[in-house]
Amino acid sequence: MGCPIIRQIEEKITRELLQTILARKPKMCNLKIVYKRYASLYFSYAIEDQDNELITLEIVHLYVELLGKYFGSVCDPDTIFNFEKAYFILDEFLWGGEVQEISKKNVFKADLLQEEAETPRTVLEEIGLT
Amino acid sequence: MVASSLKLQDLIQEIREAKTQAQEREVIQKECAHIRASFRDGDPLHSHRQLAKLLYVHMLGYPAHFGQMECLKLIASPRFTDKRVGYLGAMLLLDERQDAHLLITNSIKNDLSQGIEAVQGLALCTLSAMGSAEMCRDLALEVEKLLLQPSPYVRKKAVLTAVHMIRKVPELSDIFLPPCAQLLHERHHGILLGTVTLITELCERSPAALQHFRKVVPQLVHTLRTLVMTGCSIEHSVSGVSDPFLQVQILRLLRILGRNHEESSETMNDLLAQVATNTDTSRNAGNAVLFETVLTIMDIRSAAGLRVLAVNILGRFLLNSDRNIRYVALTSLLKLVQSDHSAVQRHRPTVVECLWEPDASLSRRALELSLALVNSSNVRAMTQELQGFLESCPPDLRPDCASGILLAAERFAPTKRWHIDTILRVLTTAGTYVRDDAVANLIQLIGGAQELHAYSVRRLYSALAEDISQQPLVQVAAWCIGEYGDLLLEGTCEETEPLQVGPALGYTEEGHVRGVRAGPRITLCAPRKVEKEEVLALLERVLQSQMSLPATRGYALTALMKLSTRLHGDNNRICQVMSIYGSCQDVELQQRAVEYNALFRKYDHLRAAVLEKMPLVERGGPQVDEEAKESKEVAQLSEAAPVPTETQASKLLDLLDLLDGPSENAQHPPPLDPTPGDTLIHLLDLPCAPLPPAPIPNLKVFEREGLQLNLSFVRPPGTPTLLLITVTATNTSGGDVTHFICQAAVPKSFQLQLQAPSGDTVPAQGGLPMTQLLRILNPNKAPLRLKLRLTYDHFGQSVQEIFEVNNLPVETWQ
Repeated sequence: MGCPIIRQIEEKITRELLQTILARKPKMCNLKIVYKRYASLYFSYAIEDQDNELITLEIVHLYVELLGKYFGSVCDPDTIFNFEKAYFILDEFLWGGEVQEISKKNVFKADLLQEEAETPRTVLEEIGLT
Repeated sequence: MVASSLKLQDLIQEIREAKTQAQEREVIQKECAHIRASFRDGDPLHSHRQLAKLLYVHMLGYPAHFGQMECLKLIASPRFTDKRVGYLGAMLLLDERQDAHLLITNSIKNDLSQGIEAVQGLALCTLSAMGSAEMCRDLALEVEKLLLQPSPYVRKKAVLTAVHMIRKVPELSDIFLPPCAQLLHERHHGILLGTVTLITELCERSPAALQHFRKVVPQLVHTLRTLVMTGCSIEHSVSGVSDPFLQVQILRLLRILGRNHEESSETMNDLLAQVATNTDTSRNAGNAVLFETVLTIMDIRSAAGLRVLAVNILGRFLLNSDRNIRYVALTSLLKLVQSDHSAVQRHRPTVVECLWEPDASLSRRALELSLALVNSSNVRAMTQELQGFLESCPPDLRPDCASGILLAAERFAPTKRWHIDTILRVLTTAGTYVRDDAVANLIQLIGGAQELHAYSVRRLYSALAEDISQQPLVQVAAWCIGEYGDLLLEGTCEETEPLQVGPALGYTEEGHVRGVRAGPRITLCAPRKVEKEEVLALLERVLQSQMSLPATRGYALTALMKLSTRLHGDNNRICQVMSIYGSCQDVELQQRAVEYNALFRKYDHLRAAVLEKMPLVERGGPQVDEEAKESKEVAQLSEAAPVPTETQASKLLDLLDLLDGPSENAQHPPPLDPTPGDTLIHLLDLPCAPLPPAPIPNLKVFEREGLQLNLSFVRPPGTPTLLLITVTATNTSGGDVTHFICQAAVPKSFQLQLQAPSGDTVPAQGGLPMTQLLRILNPNKAPLRLKLRLTYDHFGQSVQEIFEVNNLPVETWQ
């Protein structure tokens, strides 16, 4: 079981990681942290002792690809200013630390589904135009 | 509604523009005040935006607990946008520790049964992110219903929610186990993946479930085989590998199912080989699948050939340009090196290459693995590589490398000279990093190799002459020069075994090297004659040097003293040194100097005897070399009461008050080598303090035709060097054993006393046993060896038996 953490800047990673690690209960097994850096963005994933590190790298990469497809390019401002979107996409990709859906088509189908359920007014509001 | 409240984007912008931590805090505090007010006053249209801002602030690490109730309100709202942010807030802000978390149970329940997929998705997501045990219990049935709903979107989420619920409340397995078999036939990758994860979780928690799911092994094998051989749609491919996540998950489940189960393991053997050979290794995705395959192969009852295949895959990983892959390979090989030693050995050259990795975590693992791969056939080559590494490796790896080399040398040394050379080289290269007992070990090793005394002392002298800063080296050299100074001066050195330095060269069985290259800071022995004055000057230099530790100076002082008997000519220079150091600041040195002075002035007639060559000190180490064994050959047989021999030596012993008294002296002639003075005892690392007394098991040592001999052992607590053995002879045969005599013999360094036996007849039919007490003194704490000689008459025949007692418990002498 893994635990994804999205953070933009290195100093803040340490803080969050510490928070997550300290929040764990005493009987949990040891953590391994797998991270990948994309320019100024760090994506860290905490996994258990027996988990496969290499596939975790693939998970991280797939998530980055998903973000990239949605935002056009993955860079600092995109994920920050739309952090809720990043979470919503994450929730379509991973679930309770496990991989849920790897087809990008399916992931975005769901997201768009939800967006269509919006009324125009709320969409505008959401992007801060009113 | 406060007008000056910022929009989300603007808030984020402002926070990012803040130059200092204090500025950031100011912006956030101001905004949080607005948010609080907004929550208080209630603003249904915009509250989701307020919450979004609060969540951002929370992500940065600021307190946001006052938003919890707002989450609940938003979740209960009919608008999707509200719900979405509300649920996100619940996931980020609420967890089991907050009382508020239970309040959303009802909302979730409602949303689960609403029938709108997106909403159901949100509810399930939140439940599996922060659902407590109570919530899970309450909602289990709702989730179960959703497993069978037509929409795959909801079903895949429901399956994974079930995983979380089982982690929280294992009893819920009963609910979620039955649907699994059917779900496993799904074609939708998301549902399939979730199901495999669910089954894995069930099996990990319950042996009964594990048993139950073994029957799906064929199904899993089939699915995986299809994936690998037939492939799948593009949208589920990653770098050309068909759904690697599903593959890895299936492999994990197979691992759990096949572990310790012969039948299941057999079913998957072929498949594993297929996956291993058909997976594209050019990208990480393929390697990830391969890695999982290797893990599975090693954990189940796989065929030997398959295991070798797995190790070879890891070996190939070692050559991969990707550091991460090399890392997992090294870590996995480390776990396998004991169980599959010969398979891993084949990749030794590659492992050794990895020593030179710039990345510390890689080189450390490579070092550990390399050390584990040393054996008697590759010890020379490996030591060469490791010593090369030692010369240039980062400081934090040096202690491990040095002690690893020394340990390997001790276990597998092909010759004594090689052993001495190796230790010497380690001390020269990394002397400050070796463990404390390295000095004592080397001294003991050299001491025991009589034929190498001359060689050793010359090598050490040269090394010392070059560099007096490496303390362990200096200490050993000083000791040797002191002991064997006479050999040092005698003629030039003969041709020694050329030093092997540099990359692994070819080695023959005898250890002759093709080609030689002189290495850094190591010289062959001095080609010219060494003069007495030089030697004294060198030791004096050591004494005076700032770099010498107090212990080192002690060694040097004693060595000088010993040379007064080893070397010819007058001893004025040495006398002078002793008188100077008689007023040395260091108390230890002062004491020694004063005592040595006394030897010169008042006890000169004893000086030679006191400073005689040291006896070999036994230590309870793992390796007892051949020469030492020979020298411990049994000295003689003994009988009845001891005969005390008063020799010059024992008079000296009385003087120095070392033993209890002459009556305890050995029956056999000395060497009871006079240990020269207390001051020299601590040069040698005499092994451990006496252990607390524990009952030592009895030992049956002899049986023939009904006559049995048993030994029982006692180590009286007050006298650690004393061992009392009671020999008991019993006779269960029909005939008496008469004229029974038992004699015993022990190695030279021991003292043995046989007391009178209780009788010389062992009556038949289990009559009164005969006993005899042996007292054994073991001042050197050497390993005990005992030989017994029995002579007796039995059934009208004379019997003589001589045998050595095997399997003596270590507690008898340690």
